[in-house]
Amino acid sequence: MSDGHIILKNVHKEYQSNEHAPTIALDDVSLTIKKGEFISLLGPSGCGKSTLLNIIAGLEDHSSGTFLVNDKPIKGPGNDRIVVFQESGLFPWMTVLENVMYGLLIKKIPKEEAKERAMTWLQKVHLGKFAHSMPHQLSGGMKQRVAIARALVMDPEILLMDEPFAALDEQTRMVLHKELETLWRETGKTILFVTHNIREAVVLSDRIVLMKTRPGGIKNVFPVQASRPRKSSDSILIHLENRILTELEQEMEKVLKEELGSDYSLEKDRLRVDPHNNMGSDI
Amino acid sequence: MLILITIWEAISKFDIFPAFMWPPLIIPNDPGGVTILKTLVNGLMTGQLIEATSASLVRLFVGFFIAVVIGLILGYLIYKYKVIDDTLGFFVTSLQAIPNIVWMPLAILWFGLGVGSVIFIVILGAALSIIITSSAAFKSVPPLLIRVAKTMGSDGFHLFRTVIFKATVPQLISGLRLAWALAWRAVLSGELLGGSGGLGTLLDLGRSIQAMDLIFSIIIIIGVIGSFIDNFIFVRIERYALRKWGMQTV
Repeated sequence: MSDGHIILKNVHKEYQSNEHAPTIALDDVSLTIKKGEFISLLGPSGCGKSTLLNIIAGLEDHSSGTFLVNDKPIKGPGNDRIVVFQESGLFPWMTVLENVMYGLLIKKIPKEEAKERAMTWLQKVHLGKFAHSMPHQLSGGMKQRVAIARALVMDPEILLMDEPFAALDEQTRMVLHKELETLWRETGKTILFVTHNIREAVVLSDRIVLMKTRPGGIKNVFPVQASRPRKSSDSILIHLENRILTELEQEMEKVLKEELGSDYSLEKDRLRVDPHNNMGSDI
Repeated sequence: MLILITIWEAISKFDIFPAFMWPPLIIPNDPGGVTILKTLVNGLMTGQLIEATSASLVRLFVGFFIAVVIGLILGYLIYKYKVIDDTLGFFVTSLQAIPNIVWMPLAILWFGLGVGSVIFIVILGAALSIIITSSAAFKSVPPLLIRVAKTMGSDGFHLFRTVIFKATVPQLISGLRLAWALAWRAVLSGELLGGSGGLGTLLDLGRSIQAMDLIFSIIIIIGVIGSFIDNFIFVRIERYALRKWGMQTV
């Protein structure tokens, strides 16, 4: 046994297109994630962060390289690794409770017990009252809480989150950050969190993996050493935010130059300036 | 409605067409004369019309039921296997362009005059439409829902049963509603050509004995049954499904 929980070694992923050369989504990605770690994948769109998450989820295969969970190679999805998507993906024909029970019934857990466990988790995300509502009666934030409950009720070792809060408003997102951090500390799950919002990554993560584009891959890994519970006004975090933002802007400039021509340049004085204080969420 | 009835009666009273072509609806032209209403009531009382109606309905339900089973199975296979989609799917679409009644001569030769050939064209008419609507519906299930189910450990037929099929229920109901109308038409055209009793055969009888009152009585029954099943069964189920699936909040 090594201490790595999820191990990726030289993982390579390319998409075959008909006429052109294959598109390289991930190039030589190596990353070791420890048990119980909260890791964020951060980067501009097209950097392969969602592809990486899908590979770990088993929803996509990697083209070459090694990918191990608990020292075992993985093929296909499994309920030790549950994904929470950007949109809740609740089944609209089921009540909230039935949605949360869905995975448990697949695991052949008796109906009564499944119901009980689902209720417990709905209460943990403060939606006990809405157990018998239909998904379309809930707000976006509530739906996402249900999606989190539905994932955690399965008691997965690894929780994969693909921009889970990107479609929510700022206030709801801040509340859910706190709740997610609490749930993470209580359950000790390994969480892999994909986002394009630097502040979100900085506030929540143990380590932040900054990704690059063309080809997609890892640019840099930043450990976050601030103590928890964190406040986004913590000076360590603000300093880190700025460091990441600088690197991210270099990456963005590279992308824009390729797309718009080589004479494009981000104005130098725009670096480190963030007038709306939204730390990259507009990228 | 009232205006239409008045115009009808007026045309019949003014003798624009002979009475056997344009019989009065409610008020007889001469005392004790024939009216459509009277023929309708008489036909229902003596059981002649009721018998014919139930014969037609039985064929409709049997044919429709078999068509639903065949349609959903083939719809699933087309959704599931690309090879079947490219071959059978294409074939079905071209068959769909052929009017039902065209198959009747073939059906009569295969199954003889009678119930068999009527049910055959009902199945053919309804099943083709169900195959097309159901395979299209299965293909339109949001990939997100499938990914969610897969990450929970669902796969294969379980995935189809619990997610893909459930997600398409509203579209399937609309598809069945359409297929039902096609099936009802097929029953009548089949009976009209293939005999074997039922409303269609009675219509043909009405033509041969020049009983326009009988013909119109049957047309009324056909229309009433058609709109009854559509409005009271399908529209209600459809509304219920749309509400439950959260597609319509009324």
